[in-house]
Amino acid sequence: MRVTGKNSGRYSGLRVIKEALTGHRGWKPAWRDPEPQKEYDIIIVGGGGHGLATAHYLASKFNITSVAVIEKGWIGGGNVGRNTTIIRSNYLLDGNEPFYEFSLKLWEGLEQDVNYNAMVSQRGILNLIHTDGQRDAYRRRGNAMLLNGADAELLSAEQVRAECPFLNFDNNRFPIKGGLAQRRGGTVRHDAVAWGYARSADSFGVDIIQNCEATGFRIKNGKCSGVETSKGFIGAKKVGVAVAGNSGKVMSMAGMRLPIESHVLQAFVSEGLKPIIPGVVTFGAGHFYVSQSDKGGLVFGGDIDGYNSYAQRGNLPVVEDVCEGGMALMPMIGRARLLRMWGGIMDMSMDGSPIIDKTGIEGLYFNGGWCYGGFKATPGSGWVFAHLLANDEPHQTATELRFDRFQRGYMIDEKGSGAQPNLH
Amino acid sequence: MIIHHPLLGPRDSAEFTYLGDANLIDRPDWQDKKAADKFYEYQYLRNNPAGEHQELWYHEAGDRSWLVVTRNTVTHEITKVELARDVARARGRSK
Ligand SMILES: Cc1cc2nc3c(=O)[nH]c(=O)nc-3n(C[C@H](O)[C@H](O)[C@H](O)COP(=O)(O)OP(=O)(O)OC[C@H]3O[C@@H](n4cnc5c(N)ncnc54)[C@H](O)[C@@H]3O)c2cc1C
Repeated sequence: MRVTGKNSGRYSGLRVIKEALTGHRGWKPAWRDPEPQKEYDIIIVGGGGHGLATAHYLASKFNITSVAVIEKGWIGGGNVGRNTTIIRSNYLLDGNEPFYEFSLKLWEGLEQDVNYNAMVSQRGILNLIHTDGQRDAYRRRGNAMLLNGADAELLSAEQVRAECPFLNFDNNRFPIKGGLAQRRGGTVRHDAVAWGYARSADSFGVDIIQNCEATGFRIKNGKCSGVETSKGFIGAKKVGVAVAGNSGKVMSMAGMRLPIESHVLQAFVSEGLKPIIPGVVTFGAGHFYVSQSDKGGLVFGGDIDGYNSYAQRGNLPVVEDVCEGGMALMPMIGRARLLRMWGGIMDMSMDGSPIIDKTGIEGLYFNGGWCYGGFKATPGSGWVFAHLLANDEPHQTATELRFDRFQRGYMIDEKGSGAQPNLH
Repeated sequence: MIIHHPLLGPRDSAEFTYLGDANLIDRPDWQDKKAADKFYEYQYLRNNPAGEHQELWYHEAGDRSWLVVTRNTVTHEITKVELARDVARARGRSK
């Protein structure tokens, strides 16, 4: 049962005022810092957005509270705290779109659900169109979105100009001919998502154990009975792995090879500027996307570096490429100074789509292959993974997100670029 | 990253395109009884190690040769660069 108030109390506007008037002496740590118990019903490996969301939904929707999340570093130190915070559900294929729309609907109620301000901001996402062929493709995509209950709107060049007058409309090579808008897309404060899910899961009794690295699985006769960790062995009836970029490394400890490569993706933030970019804008003729944070920084990115990497930093050629994309799309960006840049490790799958599935080992479950787009999936992934762990059946929106789709020939390849992870 | 091309000397990695794990040299025999399974593993499964990795790079903006680069995926340090042709022949391919 949930005991809000046991640890940090309920958060509200009134509480902020009360604490302000009483010297902020009433705030408590948002979650406990427990030592691991001997055994749990379920251990989640990886305290990123997906692992913490899984724990929250296991406890709140499936009534399973004997749960530990083990994290090798600190929660929020992985990709959940490194991404460019864009949420959307503008996918084309049947295997993906219902899942991402399910996730977007969960974002819309997230803050009330976890009682935490995650700054979910539906400021809209706009994918630009530069050719007639691209307009046809986006019209088709928009229709697929509408069929799946999402929102989509095809804009003319004039409509785009009214919303984003600063774009380079008349570039000879990449004229802007319109756009596909999803108004319900937007941005979310990424670390608040990790903290909000952690605090909520903790309030149901879930143990969040930081600085606890999984170093092996105890597997006997094809059955997994727990996890070896840097804090000793922890037993579990079921183990769910959600370690994003480290998927290959962690699952190799269970003797598995995955249809996944780890790649580095970089992100960039400019100095703070006055409000200029209304939502998220993506360039359709190169790989570049940009939004503006509430602090004013332009947050932008582009391609992955394109080679296997576990280093959380990239190389200069991609920095140049991303900035060229920015200059082609909105030349005014050349006046802004770059403040920060960093990298995160992507679990790039062979078709660009994720996997949420059982493994061949009883009691061992896997969640990964998120590529550069798993932040938007956080609530959906957590719910769907919790569903799988609780019921041993896939959630209805995740029936195609399986390991065996590659062998059976049922790839979910949005871009149609084949088994070449650095092209997705 | 600088790749020390065995024929051309130090080259910027931006001149290359990346294919992936050098095991892609070892294409299975299509007449093998287990060809379907072997091609599945060849095409889709990867070791994806954190550490030393042998990988195929193509010198697209250069002499168009394929190279096998031994590189550490944690530090990006490159310790060996060979012509893929030599590696493939040493493995008994393209006789
Ligand atoms: C630069 C960048 C920009 C991005 N932009 C977007 C975007 O705009 N929109 C979007 O939807 N997605 C985006 N993504 C992708 C998104 O961030 C990821 O797909 C998503 O966060 C992955 O899920 P996670 O939050 O659970 O991962 P993580 O936060 O990486 O969680 C995995 C955790 O597992 C832990 N772990 C690893 N190994 C072990 C072990 N052995 N034992 C215990 N713990 C372990 C790690 O320390 C880590 O904390 C971006 C990613 C990057 C890097």
